[in-house]
Amino acid sequence: MTKQTLYGFLAEFSTPGDLLQAAEKVRDAGYQKFDCHTPFPVHGLDDAMGMPRTKLGYVIGLFALLGAIGGFWLQAWTSTVGYPMVIAGKPYFSWQAFIIVTFGLMVLAGAFSALFGMFHFNRLPRLHHPLFNSENFKRATDDGFFISIEAQDTRFNPAETRTFLTKIGAKNVEAISSE
Amino acid sequence: MNLIKPKKQPSPDATVFSGSAPLPEPLITGKQTFASITERISAIVEGKPPKGWMIAFSFSVSILLMLLGTIGYLADEGIGIWGLNNPVGWGWAIVNFVFWVGIGHAGTLISAVLHLFRQKWRTSINRFAEAMTLFAVICALVFPTIHVGRIWMLHYVFPIPNQMEMWPNFRSPLLWDVFAVSIYFAVSILFWFTGLIPDLATLRDRAKTRARKFIFGALALGWRGSNRHWQHYELAYLVLAGLATPLVLSVHSVVSTDFATSILPGWHTTIFPPYFVAGAIFSGFAMVMTLGIIAREVFGLKDFITLKHLDKMSKIMLVTGSMVGYSYATEFFIAWYGGNGYEMFAFINRAFGPYAWAYWTMISCNVIIPQLFWFKKIRSNVKILFVLSILVNVGMWFERFVIVVSSLSRDFLPSAWAYYSPTIFDIMTFIGTFGLFFTFFLLFLRFLPMVSMTEVKGVLPAADPHYKAPEEVKEND
Repeated sequence: MTKQTLYGFLAEFSTPGDLLQAAEKVRDAGYQKFDCHTPFPVHGLDDAMGMPRTKLGYVIGLFALLGAIGGFWLQAWTSTVGYPMVIAGKPYFSWQAFIIVTFGLMVLAGAFSALFGMFHFNRLPRLHHPLFNSENFKRATDDGFFISIEAQDTRFNPAETRTFLTKIGAKNVEAISSE
Repeated sequence: MNLIKPKKQPSPDATVFSGSAPLPEPLITGKQTFASITERISAIVEGKPPKGWMIAFSFSVSILLMLLGTIGYLADEGIGIWGLNNPVGWGWAIVNFVFWVGIGHAGTLISAVLHLFRQKWRTSINRFAEAMTLFAVICALVFPTIHVGRIWMLHYVFPIPNQMEMWPNFRSPLLWDVFAVSIYFAVSILFWFTGLIPDLATLRDRAKTRARKFIFGALALGWRGSNRHWQHYELAYLVLAGLATPLVLSVHSVVSTDFATSILPGWHTTIFPPYFVAGAIFSGFAMVMTLGIIAREVFGLKDFITLKHLDKMSKIMLVTGSMVGYSYATEFFIAWYGGNGYEMFAFINRAFGPYAWAYWTMISCNVIIPQLFWFKKIRSNVKILFVLSILVNVGMWFERFVIVVSSLSRDFLPSAWAYYSPTIFDIMTFIGTFGLFFTFFLLFLRFLPMVSMTEVKGVLPAADPHYKAPEEVKEND
């Protein structure tokens, strides 16, 4: 941790429109390890960056299903094997009465997996990130629109990437150190 | 109106505004930019609170202390301190429970259902409506919790393995209620927090003091507005909205089964679930309006919570209020058409018996008053809306009172009949929950952004990547 290394470049754009066009050009130039940073989701940016669809939906679906199965099993087992009791003359296995709690536990499991699945795919929470070294990057949550290209990218070349970013309309390009 | 317009020269940019459809009115007024939105909303939680805040907060906390005192006394003495007796075993506590759960529903409707229907106007009000939901559900949960009497035995309602190998009875609507309301609370908190993350990051990036940097830094979880994150985030938010949407319908339906599955005349009706849900949304929107009007006046948010928002909320109240009125009529019709003597008696007793005063308060506030929302003049008069929104909630409280008390107080045996009145502790507990609600709500207004900055920025015209600034368009015109 003694030597400062380059994390990448951070380029600022004025409007969502500029950012969208620039992202397309970065994608077409063949960069892989780049990202856009915006204060709100900008529509069309996923395609402009060439991102695949998120798999989060399948994860949530799986957990919701497990929640439902687990919930139904909990009720069926406790009412028939764990603690069988005749209440109001209803059969032990009154599956109709179990549907509401089954549904509830499906929703609960789905909701938890939505939030924590999102964290998992986003590698959040994290305590620090090199981009936070930039004072200007604070505007990414206010009114700034940024593209960051990582030095790890195979196409990355300090001089060329900087001119490339300026050429596609960046207002200013900042080198970010990884410390 | 001049119907025959002189033909205009087709401009090269005419396609931008082509067609006859007029441009929609802006949702957010006052020529806001992204930066001005951040500044306007963040300033509320960064600067000093307005004068009234401290007074309101101290007042709420003292009422909250009264609630805690009453609960302490109840834990020591038992629920005999309330006005409950045979035959009225459910009194104010259950009335208040249903009242508060109902209020919560509007928050979820605004945040989840309107999100799925892509109603962009929700963005200004969804954050505080969701907060209202959470705090209303907390207030609601107070009542069944203390109603069990032996509060220290409350864990029995949950399926926790224990040395007696006993399990809860999953065939009971009361247990469904435990699950429905606690799951509702959990999902609402997750949904609310997910929506807050980007705004917490904004506050983190604006933080000046060490404490703020630390607290908001921890809460924002390292959010950096990355589009690779937004993709998962947006899907998670959409799914949470999708999961919360059936809850809007299911939670109050389950609450209504507490009543509907019993055999008591006046409770044993199949109309209860939809009727309760409509009433819940009705009362919830009234509460959102009350709080929204206070917030826009006190914190100067007239550009964000505009007259247009109040207008739309009034229309929803008109619809749901009319549904509630229709349900009252249907109940009477079925009581007559069903030909059950006990049922007929229960309804005649409701309207003309000892609780007629409560019944007619309910009818005036819930059926007659919302009809005023037909008039645009009323929908655009903030002062009148404020008064009406409070009256609606008064009416909705009485609806639950009428349902719970009028049926119980006149059961099958006339010798058991009795008139129910609350004791001072019933009243103190109910008022106390308003202290609880407003303490939380005022803390929320003070420390967290009450309008979602991210979402409001997203509905500005400038947020569209294909947006052209008006100056550019005019040059071409």
